[in-house]
Amino acid sequence: MAKSKKPSVNRRGFLKGAAVGAAALVATPAIAGVPVPVQAAAPRPGTTLPSASLAVAETSPPPRADVYTTDRPGSDFMVDVIKSLGIEYVAANPGSSFRALHESFINYGSNKMPELLTCMHEESSVAMAHGYAKIEGKPLMVMAHGTVGLQHASMAIYNAYADRVPVYIVLGNILDGQWRRSDVEWAHAVQDCASMVRDYTKWDDSPVSLTGFAESAIRAYKIAMTPPMGPVVLVADAVLQEEPVPEQERGRLRVPKLSVTAPPAGDPAAVSELAKMLVAAENPLIVTGRPARTPNGLKSLVELAELLQVPVLDRRQRMNFPTRHPLYGTGSLATADFVLGLEVPDFWQVIHAQTPVSKMGMESRLLTKPDAKLATLSTTDLLTKANYQDFGRYNEVDLAIGGDAETTLPSLIEACRKLITADRRRAIDARGARLAEASKKLQDQALQDAAWGWDSSPITTARMSAEIWNQIKNEDWSLVSDVVFQSFWPTRLWNFTKHYQFIGGHGAYGVGYNAPAAVGAALANRKYGRLTVNIQSDGDLNYAPGVLWTAAHHKIPLLNIMHNNRSYHQERMYVADMAARAQRDVSRVGIGNDISNPNVDYATMAKAYGMFSIGPIENPADLGPAIKRAIEVVKKGEPALIDVVSQPR
Amino acid sequence: MIKPIVVLTLVAVPLFVAAQTAPAGSAGKGQQTFLTQNCYYCHGTVGQGSRDGARIAATSLTADGLIRYVRKPAGAMPAYTEKVISDQDLRDIYAYLKAQPAAKTPKEIPILDQSRDK
Repeated sequence: MAKSKKPSVNRRGFLKGAAVGAAALVATPAIAGVPVPVQAAAPRPGTTLPSASLAVAETSPPPRADVYTTDRPGSDFMVDVIKSLGIEYVAANPGSSFRALHESFINYGSNKMPELLTCMHEESSVAMAHGYAKIEGKPLMVMAHGTVGLQHASMAIYNAYADRVPVYIVLGNILDGQWRRSDVEWAHAVQDCASMVRDYTKWDDSPVSLTGFAESAIRAYKIAMTPPMGPVVLVADAVLQEEPVPEQERGRLRVPKLSVTAPPAGDPAAVSELAKMLVAAENPLIVTGRPARTPNGLKSLVELAELLQVPVLDRRQRMNFPTRHPLYGTGSLATADFVLGLEVPDFWQVIHAQTPVSKMGMESRLLTKPDAKLATLSTTDLLTKANYQDFGRYNEVDLAIGGDAETTLPSLIEACRKLITADRRRAIDARGARLAEASKKLQDQALQDAAWGWDSSPITTARMSAEIWNQIKNEDWSLVSDVVFQSFWPTRLWNFTKHYQFIGGHGAYGVGYNAPAAVGAALANRKYGRLTVNIQSDGDLNYAPGVLWTAAHHKIPLLNIMHNNRSYHQERMYVADMAARAQRDVSRVGIGNDISNPNVDYATMAKAYGMFSIGPIENPADLGPAIKRAIEVVKKGEPALIDVVSQPR
Repeated sequence: MIKPIVVLTLVAVPLFVAAQTAPAGSAGKGQQTFLTQNCYYCHGTVGQGSRDGARIAATSLTADGLIRYVRKPAGAMPAYTEKVISDQDLRDIYAYLKAQPAAKTPKEIPILDQSRDK
């Protein structure tokens, strides 16, 4: 921070001086210890005496002049610190507890690196950061009130935590009650901001000095970016933001250097053991959750799978493996003699079947052969908290390696390579040939399955996916929504090859994630000129549709295709299960679940927020031309939305 | 709001290929029942199937086979007793499903046929 040549008065010091002056105005000591009101003193006759106030003014040290301005509030220094982190954007719904920081970003910081994004809900701010980070590989900053803003943001923070995604959250708060100016500021103040989300953030701090803020801000970034990544919270006290940088701190303030922590790699001896198990297996299977943090992770995973001709069962939580690769989806838990889970947060669920919700009781059954060997390589073991249960069931495995899969894969590949004998090479190649044949059948089957109900209305999710693919397949595209609600059709029909072409889903299945996460991901894709596609569920959009305005306002190119099945469909299937179990009226389960009567007109909604839109589309023949038209708009740098009335799944 | 989503396994429909009598139900009534009883939630409005329910359009089951399956299903499908849906309703649904045309081949649908081009 540049030094100012102007003298500046510390607000606390100013108020202290003002208080002394005011006391002098109302009380003059007469007899020791007994104050006498000034106005009670009788003037001497015949003389012209100064007024009491003038007398005080002349005989007392001059009161400190009202301090109206400062050229360097503490928030300017905070901006210096945040700029050092290379953060591109700050997503925020405006709030008084961070008004100084807001002003410093747009004026002192010139609204560049970071640039402020106007959000209409704090849940949107965080989910935008969630989507952005999965494309860009680094955090976007969020500002929010330490109370009501954080309350709005909390579900989105939990999603990001469960998805192990870094989000950099700065909260405003007025810690010292003497500085709260109204009932609003009292209601918006809290003793310990971050306590509300401490169960699902990696770290937080509430520094009480600018020096402390600087160190904690850099530390927070470092922690957020160290695998397993996660959201962090930093509290920016409002008085620290708004008051001038104290004189005594000016010479000492500095921005600490960011020392990024290298990701933790698996123990070499354990990696060697894992290589032996993989090479020796006759029918190995790799299960992937989130191993590919970056393009390098995808590349390494393909290299490992091809080296050993191991099929990959992808949980679709990141873009881990090319979807048309002969090893994609061709393995089987039932026949595997060795299963390796890579960054799979729910590994137990993968290898077990449980009694479905439609049946009574609860039993589980291992899906692998009883003597199959099991191993995990993951950072999930390195970050486990108690209260929220996203960690899932305990895994009884033969080898558990705590380490970042992407970082460990190169050494695992080398260890495997050294162990492959000529005999093993022949067996591996034979396995590869079998899997390639199975892959071809799977892909043929996908096309045949997609043809069923092709011309029906509501439009099938297969037709919707095929029509989108037909329009984007020659573009540099990126799908930024999950595929689970479309019966996985995009991953069955499209050719996913690049890391940014898929980012997985919610993390903790907190609905309301998708619409804002898509906007954040599209924002990250914008500078690369990618065509961002979002297949948007109707229920999800209705939590905070104002994010459509944010996309329009900031000119974030994004193709939104509404998957409008006019219901909270997962829930109505559950309630149907309950009705059938209870032998009661299944026809009534739309009550409380359907989003109809009236139907929501999403095209009109989008228009209201300033977004190009088409729909509702009910005739499947109209869909292709609509997508083509919307892509023309998106290519001009605008978002667009097509409302498609669709089958449930 | 936290909504757990269970990835349901596809209903494994046994294939009864035994000789069968002609459907004794009404396809029109069957369509109405299929929709009002919300069978389409998992199986799609024309029985095309989805992540949550098997494809049952143009089913190869017999009507009796369908009824037996609905009363005691395997997999994730709930059991629908006669209190919930009658045998006659299921025969109507069966008629509706049997009336569904077979899907075209991918080669007959240009978008699908060309989808492998890229």
